[in-house]
Formats: sequence, structure tokens, C-alpha cells
Amino acid sequence: MNFFEHVGKYSRLMAGVFTKPQRWGVLWKQYLKEIEKQGLQSILLTIIISIFIGSAITMQMVLNTENPMLPKYVTGLTTRETLLLEFSSTILCLILAGKVGSNIASEIGTMRITEQIDALKIMGVNAENYLILPKILGFVTIIPVLVIFSMFFGLLGGYIIALTGVLSPSQYVMGIQYAFNPYYVTYSVIKSLFFAFIISSVSSYYGYYAYGGALEVGKASTNAVVNSSIIILLFNVILTDLLLV
Amino acid sequence: MIEVKNVTKSFGDLTVLHDISAVFESGKTNLIIGQSGSGKTVLMKSVIGIHQVDEGQILYDGRDLAKMTKKEVGILRREVGMLFQGSALFDSMTVEQNVRFPLEMFSDKSKQEWDDRVAFCLNRVGLSHAAKLYPAEISGGMQKRAAIARAIVLQPKYLFCDEPNSGLDPKTSLTIDQLIHEITAEFDITTIVNTHDMNSVMEIGDKVIFIHKGYKGWEGDKDSIFESGNQDLEDLVFASNLYKKVKKYHNLK
Repeated sequence: MNFFEHVGKYSRLMAGVFTKPQRWGVLWKQYLKEIEKQGLQSILLTIIISIFIGSAITMQMVLNTENPMLPKYVTGLTTRETLLLEFSSTILCLILAGKVGSNIASEIGTMRITEQIDALKIMGVNAENYLILPKILGFVTIIPVLVIFSMFFGLLGGYIIALTGVLSPSQYVMGIQYAFNPYYVTYSVIKSLFFAFIISSVSSYYGYYAYGGALEVGKASTNAVVNSSIIILLFNVILTDLLLV
Repeated sequence: MIEVKNVTKSFGDLTVLHDISAVFESGKTNLIIGQSGSGKTVLMKSVIGIHQVDEGQILYDGRDLAKMTKKEVGILRREVGMLFQGSALFDSMTVEQNVRFPLEMFSDKSKQEWDDRVAFCLNRVGLSHAAKLYPAEISGGMQKRAAIARAIVLQPKYLFCDEPNSGLDPKTSLTIDQLIHEITAEFDITTIVNTHDMNSVMEIGDKVIFIHKGYKGWEGDKDSIFESGNQDLEDLVFASNLYKKVKKYHNLK
């Protein structure tokens, strides 16, 4: 299938997704479930990877800023900028594309091959809207929380490294406060909203159009992760150009 | 009642259904039978509206499916129950939640009335004890019964069953057949069953439509199959040794 066919099918799917829900109460219930499934169940992973990456970045910055001409707080400052600008939005979303994206694609793909989506349609349910809209809304809602968590725990990871004696904790704290630009947090959150939409919608697309058997669901899941990741990286460049440069 | 009038359906250059006409009566179990690849599934999907026919009409109690507005199709969908080959129960919901789902989506009645209706349907299919279990926790036969309960919860006028006995042992198949037959008569539903299970044909075939190579080969009831005079039908129905013996016995009588 060529690129334009994918774009056409994706657009048609999204047109079906963004219609008025048949029952607002059902949408609300599904939406809360998705927040719990995609967001709350990703918090632990977010915390763990953020602490480790924050720690690693801090150690690398210590090594790279050993020049006596540079003030000691530069380590904290560069760690903060790396986390805020790139890790806590882009890299975190690439990791979540693996977890959340594959989960969405395999869930919807399984529903497709076991005729559950056909069952919904024959009942008269708008299957696109019922299945996909809560996933998109849920993930877009919860992603800023995950990004803020990631920033906090990433910086905490750096602080833990500072406590081991690699650098002075006070210099680190001074560095993460120095010349702080709050817009970087806004920029990161805005990016993550786009990325969350990409992950949930692209993964839903691959799951929704899966056909065949279990093998195809696996392929749909892989395609969802790979393509979400590529689109995220493309949009990272575009959004950075639009929001930061 | 569902009427199919002169329906033709093609996929590309391949014509799968040729000028099929049939009447599926209410309160009766109408069976579509035929060999694999004969076009019976396409016929059923065309009647449901999953496939659009190239020529001909599908009439639901006189209402032409092709001329219905989107809203009218939506209303029709609520009058339709469907039993899928693989049950198609929602994995993430319990049996009770599966049965309740159509009510949540479409019924404006009170929650108490929903509860009563769900309890009635589960009781009717003998699954009250399994209400809190998930589909993965129950047997194939129970899944089929749960799917029947879900299909009838909105009191449908039309019930479609796609290979309802697929993957079931003969005894459970008989239970499912009898349940479909009883429900059809009890609630005056127009039921269409797509099957190639000859036990079902002999058990519940109030009306049987035989599709052969995309053409309607024969139409009648289960008792008149023996005198059909249609070789293709006899080749299908009496293919197994058991049914060959049944036919021999019938002829002797």
C-alpha cells in the first residue's frame, strides 16, 4: 500500500473518530479507563527511566564540563536543558510509543480479527468513535502529567548522582535553577500533546485495519510502533522549528 | 420478514451471487446452506448490509435497505441481533457486561429495567451463574449462549447467525440449535442461520435455502429435502456415511 493510500485511510478513520459520541456517559467511562490504562500504568516506567537517564546525563555532563574555565553549575544547567528540551518529551514519547502504541494496536487488532469490531458495527455502534476516541483523549490528557513527572524525576536522578560525590549537590541545584526559562516546560508539554495524538491515532489505525490472524496483529503492532516513532521524530523537528527557533 | 429480490453481487469480474430471490419468514428459523465458497456468506452479509448488492432489493418488512437513510439504517441496526461464528464477545467485559452493552448504547430505559432485562436474557440462555465471568473463563458453548443473550437483549426483529455450531461438539451444537429455534418462535424473530452443519438442517430447518455456485439451487423445509430431487443438494446433505444411511432408511420406509 502506498503512502497516499495510508494517508487517505487514516484521514477517513479520523473523520469517523471525531464525530459526536452516541452516548456521552459511555465515552466518559471509556475515557477514564484509558487514562488509567495508558497513563497511570505508565507512571512507574516513566519514573524509572527518567531517574536512570537523568543520572546518566549528569555523569556525562560532569565528564564533558571538566574544563576549569567552566563554572561547576554548568553540569546541572546542561542536564536540565537536555531533560526539559528533549528527553522528557521526545525520548519519553518514543519509549511510550513502544508501550502504549503496541498495546493499542494489539488490542484493536485482536478485536478486529475476532469480529468484535464487526459486532459493534452490526449493533449500530460507531466503532471508530467508541474504540479510538477515548484512547486519543485519554492519552493526550495524561501525557503532560507524565512529562512533568519525567522532568522532576530526571532532575532527581541527577541530584542522586551529585550526592555520590561526583559533583557538589549545591552546585547541581544551583545549575538546575540558573537561567531557567519556563517556556521550555511549555514547549515540551506542547510537543508531547502532538506526540500523544500521533501515538494513539497511528497505533489505532494499524490495529483497526489489521486483518488475518495473530501474526497480522503482531505485524500491526510492530508497524504501529515503528511508524509512530518516525512520525514523532519528524514532528519533533517541525515543532522545534515552529516553537523554539 | 426479510425479502431478497433478484440479488446479484460481484467482486471485480467474479459474480458471486446470481439473481437470488428468497423470503425469510418471521417466527421461523431460515437456513442458508451450501458448500464452502458457494456464496452463502456473501448472501448473508448482503442481507445484513455489510456488502452492497449490485442489482436487486433487500426488503426488511417492506423497507428497502438500499433506499434507507443513514438514520434509518441506524434504527434498523437496533432491530438486528447477530451471532458470530467465534461469538465475538468483548474480551474486556464480563458476560453480564457484554449482554448489558447494547442497552447502555441504545436503550433509554432505567438502570433497574436494564438489570431486569439482562437477568432475563441470561436466565433464558441458562447463564445466570456465569454472569460475572469473562469470556475467556467460559466454554465455547457458553460463549455462544452469552452471544445469543447479547443478540436478543434489545428484542430484535431479525437475528442472524453465522455458523453458530462452529467448533462445538454435537451435543452442545444441538443445545445451541434448539435455543435459537425456541427464541425465534418465542419472540417471533426472523432468524437467518448460515450453516453447513447437516444436523442443524435436520433439527431446526423450518425453511432451507440451498445456494450452489452462487445460484439458488433449492428451497424448502427440512422434511422435503429427501424428495428434493436436486443432486447437488443431496450430494451436500447426504455426504457423510451417517446421512447416507439415514437416506437409505428413509427410502426403505
